[in-house]
Amino acid sequence: MSKPGQLGVSERIGDRWDPFWTFMYRFGPLRWSSYVREYWGGRRLVIAVPFVWLTLFFLIPFVIVLKISFSEVQLAIPPYAPLYEWVSAQVVAIKLNMANFHFLFTDDLYISSYLYSVKVAAISTFLCLLLGYPMAYAIARAPRNLRNVYLMLIILPFWTSFLLRVYAWIGLLKNNGVINNVLMALGIIDEPITMMQTDFAVYIGIVYSYLPFMILPLYTNLEKHDLTLLEAAQDLGSRPWKAFLRITLPLSVPGIVAGSLLVFIPAVGEYVIPSLLGRTDQLMIGRVLSDEFFSNRDWPVASAVAILMLILLIVPITIFQHFQNRELRAAK
Amino acid sequence: MTERRKEALEPWRDPNAPSYVAIENVSKRFGDFIAVNNVSLKIYQGEIFCLLGGSGCGKTTLLRMLAGFESPTYGRILIDGQDMTDIPPYERPVNMMFQSYALFPHMSVEGNVAFGLEQEKVSKSQIKERVGQILDIVKMSTFAKRKPHQLSGGQRQRVALARSLVKRPKLLLLDEPLGALDRKLREHTQFELINIQEQLGVTFVVVTHDQEEAMTLASRIGVMNRGEIVQIGTPHQIYEFPSSRFVADFVGSVNLFDGRLIEDEPDHVRIKCEDFDAPVYVDHGLSAPPNSLLWVAVRPEKIALQREKPESSDNVARGVIKEIAYMGDLSIYVVKLPSGREVRVTQANSARKSEERFTWDDEVWLHWDGSSPVVGTG
Amino acid sequence: MSARRSFLLPTLLAFGFAFLYVPILSMIVFSFNNSRLVTVWDSANSPTVKWYVLLFENRQILDAAWLSIKIACVNATGAAILGTLAGLVLSRFGRFRGRTLLAALTTAPLVMPEVIIGLSLLLLFVALEQAVGWPAGRGVTTITIAHITFSMSYVAVIVQSRLSSFDDSLEEAAMDLGARPAKVFGRITLPLVFPAIMSGWLLAFTLSWDDLVISQFVAGPGSTTLPMVIFSKVRLGVSPDVNALATIMVLVVAIGVVLSALIMQRQERRRQREVQMAAAGD
Repeated sequence: MSKPGQLGVSERIGDRWDPFWTFMYRFGPLRWSSYVREYWGGRRLVIAVPFVWLTLFFLIPFVIVLKISFSEVQLAIPPYAPLYEWVSAQVVAIKLNMANFHFLFTDDLYISSYLYSVKVAAISTFLCLLLGYPMAYAIARAPRNLRNVYLMLIILPFWTSFLLRVYAWIGLLKNNGVINNVLMALGIIDEPITMMQTDFAVYIGIVYSYLPFMILPLYTNLEKHDLTLLEAAQDLGSRPWKAFLRITLPLSVPGIVAGSLLVFIPAVGEYVIPSLLGRTDQLMIGRVLSDEFFSNRDWPVASAVAILMLILLIVPITIFQHFQNRELRAAK
Repeated sequence: MTERRKEALEPWRDPNAPSYVAIENVSKRFGDFIAVNNVSLKIYQGEIFCLLGGSGCGKTTLLRMLAGFESPTYGRILIDGQDMTDIPPYERPVNMMFQSYALFPHMSVEGNVAFGLEQEKVSKSQIKERVGQILDIVKMSTFAKRKPHQLSGGQRQRVALARSLVKRPKLLLLDEPLGALDRKLREHTQFELINIQEQLGVTFVVVTHDQEEAMTLASRIGVMNRGEIVQIGTPHQIYEFPSSRFVADFVGSVNLFDGRLIEDEPDHVRIKCEDFDAPVYVDHGLSAPPNSLLWVAVRPEKIALQREKPESSDNVARGVIKEIAYMGDLSIYVVKLPSGREVRVTQANSARKSEERFTWDDEVWLHWDGSSPVVGTG
Repeated sequence: MSARRSFLLPTLLAFGFAFLYVPILSMIVFSFNNSRLVTVWDSANSPTVKWYVLLFENRQILDAAWLSIKIACVNATGAAILGTLAGLVLSRFGRFRGRTLLAALTTAPLVMPEVIIGLSLLLLFVALEQAVGWPAGRGVTTITIAHITFSMSYVAVIVQSRLSSFDDSLEEAAMDLGARPAKVFGRITLPLVFPAIMSGWLLAFTLSWDDLVISQFVAGPGSTTLPMVIFSKVRLGVSPDVNALATIMVLVVAIGVVLSALIMQRQERRRQREVQMAAAGD
């Protein structure tokens, strides 16, 4: 406790933590600011636990991937050469092997796989949006008591196994699968249509599996719309379609962005769907990485593939996080 | 406006009286924004002190500093003689009633009220007794087992009040206590609050933007603007003797005129205002340099309306009634002067018969007496 | 709204639901088909439950299922704890050194492709084993750690959004009444956030139970999870016992989801009634 004439805590200079506290006081209303000092011990611990875990098991692995992408493959356990070696007692040579990246950029397989993955993911995201937006809109405009039922129906498949749902499509799309059998029985076609191992199958697979991820953010956004805005527009002479295009659609853009990113980013690196349903002549990058790793035992190249994939996705991931933070802050 | 029942209780008049809460040169900055600027204030035991001001004036920040949720950038806060500047909220003998009531939704009324006592390690039987007592005082005993969502707005407020009083704090802080209530409930609650305060003797500090609330509740009001205290006084003082244009304008409605000093005597002054043909006569002296620019404030209820020209040659004006608002107990007239300026006049409707009442486009004379205007230079 | 409008949306919705459920229903139907070809209905011998019987005699599948359940439980609990802490820190602790990094680390796994997470974790485990001898070989531990790492993000997001929508004057009120921060968390924050933590737990359980890619990377000999078994089977084509397994899983999930939805609806209705009665009584 300070006596009259003495400086208060905020003015005590020569304190070890002073720059830190000045930082705290100056950059924003720090919640619990004045007494955080006493409980800094407990609070620091609480912050540290998830921080340490994520740093150790999420951040550091990425650094390791980066490191290995620069090393050479070798027949050993582990199958890569160390990055540095002691040339003499006091000199360390760091070998950055750019060969892996060079390989990726020059070999057609990799470039085409990257491009193919982005293309497939983009088309699938678009199709998912085409189906998901009207569904989300319909649910948001449905009577209140029905909405929860609809949402439950959307979420239910999500809780069943992803793998099994993709598997279900094998049964539908194969040459002697349900769709072909039904179409032939109805006389619409004479010969089965080949749908397995095609781009089409992958699109269906991705749209099917990721539809809830598209619908939910869209629904959350659409549900918050003030319907009186639309009424006002119509009152001022706008036709329903126009009102939709000029009011609802622009307001739903955050939902569209969130849903699309939630589908696009993981879709680029998808492994299961292209493995079960996709083409064998053109691989998506997820499969390439896996093959490189498990079949070829070439860890450095696999790492390089991963690094490039990350670089590719950094921009969408950052956009997603930016939107995520904005939504959370707006919710306050 | 209620007068304090114990009129002798005006400790602020005695410069040597010990203050209960002392706010000394307190400032609060958030980055570049100065929310509270060098505020010094003394609050005495048993008072209801109101911080009155518009949004953004710093009153809530000051309240939160008293509670301990914000720490002053500069300055000290003393409560009952002890320096509380660095003390966290859970160690202060101060309790707060939140604007949103902040009742714990997963606990019953009893649970909510008992929570504070449980933190003090009071015995179970004691807790039961004290909770029962306070619920009786706020008349919520029958609702003891209910949860907050099962209560109406007014009931929740009473529980919030009980919860903050049960610990017998030295200081009770109230953040816009009547804001969420409708008009009838508000009046009723105002008087209840005053009664409870007198009964328990707790010192209240109330933050509000509603001057009616402040005038009713407060023993003293501190008017705040842009982080500073602009005037402290009793409701009567604030209303009748505003020290600045801002206060005159903020509290109640007022007619403000600009004028120039034309006659300056020790016992009276005359002021020439553009809007009046006749000068304004004020029956006390001013300490202002000759020919200074002044503001003159006259409250609407101090102006009389009549059809005949008054005898006096000062404090009169001619005008035409442009608007009338009939409020039942009184009428508000807007009178347009020849200069184009509009003056607001209120008059009690003491006559029921309509022939005597004024109507639109009537030509009227306004007059007021020499003690009514408030004059200032600030 | 024109009549045409009110016709278009429900149709689309119906189509969408059909799209979502027809594959699942066809899987269920064909689990009762006697034919090994699965999709060619053997009317002579169907419907039959022989695949279900065979399923319960299949040691490989049963062992894998049991392992998956164990891992999922541990993972869900670990993810719930870590995710709650992360969510709490990000929404209530204001600014601190490293907050942006923590926020990024917490939300990144949500969108990161699984192959990258799997690869990076495997490389970490190998490097760790080289450096300090732990973990000794890949197995249940590594799978669990990997699962916790990515499922805690989901829990964190759920908890964080629940906390943000919360009036934090409740916590201030508790402190004002004398409770220290830890007490405030235990008696006020935690009980109110508990439903969100529960749904986070369930979500983490499902994510772990269902995970294939990451498990493939970080599993070892002797630690085969159910998705891994299923995947190796279906790579080769359709398999009727997988249909049977799928049907069981769908049923369990459906019952769970429907039950919890019904319970929540009942609670919500009762609550609404109470609020209305209270408002009338003022």
